[in-house]
Amino acid sequence: MDSAIIGTWLAALLTLGIMSFLYKDNLYYKICEAIFIGISAGLWFITYFWDSLYRIAWIGVVHEGRYVLLGGVVLGVMMLMRLFGKIGWIARWPLAFIVGATAGLKMMVYFTTNAMAQIHGTVNDTMAAFGGSGLYDVVGRIVILIGTVTGLVYFYFSKEHKGLFGGVAKVGTWFLMITFGASFGYTVMSRMSLLLGRIDFLLTDWLKLVK
Amino acid sequence: MKKFLPWIILVALIIVVALLPKPLEISPTVSVIVTVLLGLALTGVLVMTMRGHLIGRRTVFLFIGASLTLPFFMNFQMPIKVAPEVQELYDAIAKLPPGSKVLAAFDYDPPSAPELQPQAEAFMAYAFKHDLKVIIMGLWPQGPQQADMAIQKVLQQPAIRAKNIKYGVDYVNLGFQSGNEFVIQRMGSSFRGMFPRDIYNTDCDKIPILNGVDNFSNIDFVFNLSSGYPGTVEWVQIAVDRYGVKLGAGNTAVQAPSVYPYLSSHKLTGLAGGMSGAWQFEQATGEPGVASTYVLPQTFSHMVVIGFIIIGNVALFVGYRKSRQEGV
Repeated sequence: MDSAIIGTWLAALLTLGIMSFLYKDNLYYKICEAIFIGISAGLWFITYFWDSLYRIAWIGVVHEGRYVLLGGVVLGVMMLMRLFGKIGWIARWPLAFIVGATAGLKMMVYFTTNAMAQIHGTVNDTMAAFGGSGLYDVVGRIVILIGTVTGLVYFYFSKEHKGLFGGVAKVGTWFLMITFGASFGYTVMSRMSLLLGRIDFLLTDWLKLVK
Repeated sequence: MKKFLPWIILVALIIVVALLPKPLEISPTVSVIVTVLLGLALTGVLVMTMRGHLIGRRTVFLFIGASLTLPFFMNFQMPIKVAPEVQELYDAIAKLPPGSKVLAAFDYDPPSAPELQPQAEAFMAYAFKHDLKVIIMGLWPQGPQQADMAIQKVLQQPAIRAKNIKYGVDYVNLGFQSGNEFVIQRMGSSFRGMFPRDIYNTDCDKIPILNGVDNFSNIDFVFNLSSGYPGTVEWVQIAVDRYGVKLGAGNTAVQAPSVYPYLSSHKLTGLAGGMSGAWQFEQATGEPGVASTYVLPQTFSHMVVIGFIIIGNVALFVGYRKSRQEGV
C-alpha cells in the first residue's frame, strides 16, 4: 500500500479520535491525545537539538572556531543545573541573563511602538481626518480618539471614579468590553477555521467526497 | 443497547459515505432546500428554548458540524470583497519591481495552517510569477517546513513551472533560528550572524540570491505570516521601528486584533487576518486557492454561531423569568 494512503488514514483516524471528545471523554480520545503530546514533545526536542545544539553550537564552535558561542553553551548547561537539587541555584544566573536582556530590549521598543507611535498615530490621523477626509473616516477617527482617552482614564486609579471622571471611565469600560468582544469573536472565527481545515481534510483527502 | 448507539451511528455513517457518489455535488435547488432546512431546525431550537426546553451541548456541536460540512457540496458562489487592509498589503507587494528581494518570515506551525497556508501559497505563486526573489526564514521551528510545502505546491502550476524557478537563485530557505526577537535584532546588523548557512547547510556566501544581502537595508519588503509569539508584533517592534523595514503581514484571526493598532499607526503595510483575510488575499493576488473554497462553510458556520448567541441569550432571559416566577 502507498505510504501516502497509510498516512492519510492514520491522520483521519487520529482526527476522528480527537473529535470523539465532543461526544464524551473516552479511551480512543486519550490514546490520540497521548500520541499527539508525545510526538509534539519529541519533535520539539529533535528540532532544538539539531538546529541549536548541532547546527549552531557544535558546527559553530568545533568546525568554524566561533568560540564566542561557548558563552551560550555555558549558559545553557547552567540552565540544566536546576535538575540537580543542591546546585539548582546556578540555573538562576542564565535565567537572570534572559530576563535582563529581554527587559532591556523590550523596554524601549514597547515604549516607542506601543505607546508613543500609537499616541502619535491617533492624534495625527484625527487631525488629518478633518482636512478633507470623508465622513466615515472622520467619525472613525473621533471614535478611536474617544476610545483611547476614555480607556486611559479607566486605568487611572489615583483618583476615585466618581462624577464626570467616573462617567468618562464608564465610557472607557464600554470601549474595553467592545474590544474584548471583538477579540473573542475573532478567536471563535479562528477556531472555526481550524475545524474547517480538518473537515476539509476528511472530506477531500480521506473520503474523496469533494473535488 | 444505548451503550453501543454511538458506534452503531458511526458504522451506519461510514456505510452511507461509502455508498455516496464521489465527488459529491448537490444542485443549487437542493442546496437551497438544505439551507432552508438548517435555518428551520435552528428556528425550532429557538422556539424550544423560548418554551423552556434547553438543548444539550452535543446539539450545538451537531449544528456546527453540519454547517461546516454541508456547504462543501453546495453549488453557491459568494462574492468576495477585499478589505482595505488586504488591498494595502497587495498594493505594497504589487509595487515591487521584478528582482526585488522579499524576506518571507514563516512564524507558524501546522495547527495554524488552515488560515495561513493559503496565504503562503498565494504569496509564493504571486512572487514567482512576478520574478520577486524570496528569502525564507522562520522563528518557529516548523515555519520553514510550511514554506517548503507551499513552494512544492505552487511549483506544480504550469505557469510557474515554465519559469524554471531555481533554488538559490529565485528563492532560498534559511530555515529556523531560535532566539525569538533577538534573531530579528541581530539580522538588523548582520544577516549572516544569524543565518550563516541555509536549511541544507549550504554556506550563505555560495548562494547567489544572498549576494549583497547583509542586513535589512538590502531587503525591499518583509512578509510575515504569524500565529503568535514570536511574530508580527516583534517584527513591528524591532524590524520596522528600529530598522525602518517595510512590513506586511498575514495573521491568524486570534492574533489579528492585537496587530490592527499597528495599521492605524502606519507601522504595518497591510494585513490579511484569519480565513477571511486569506480568501481576500487570494482574490487580490489573483491566485484563487483552497481558502476561496472555505468562504461558504465559514459563512454558514458564522450564521449558526450568531443563531446560537441569540438562542443563548433567550435561554438566559427565560431562566431569569423562570427563577423570578418561582420566587428564587
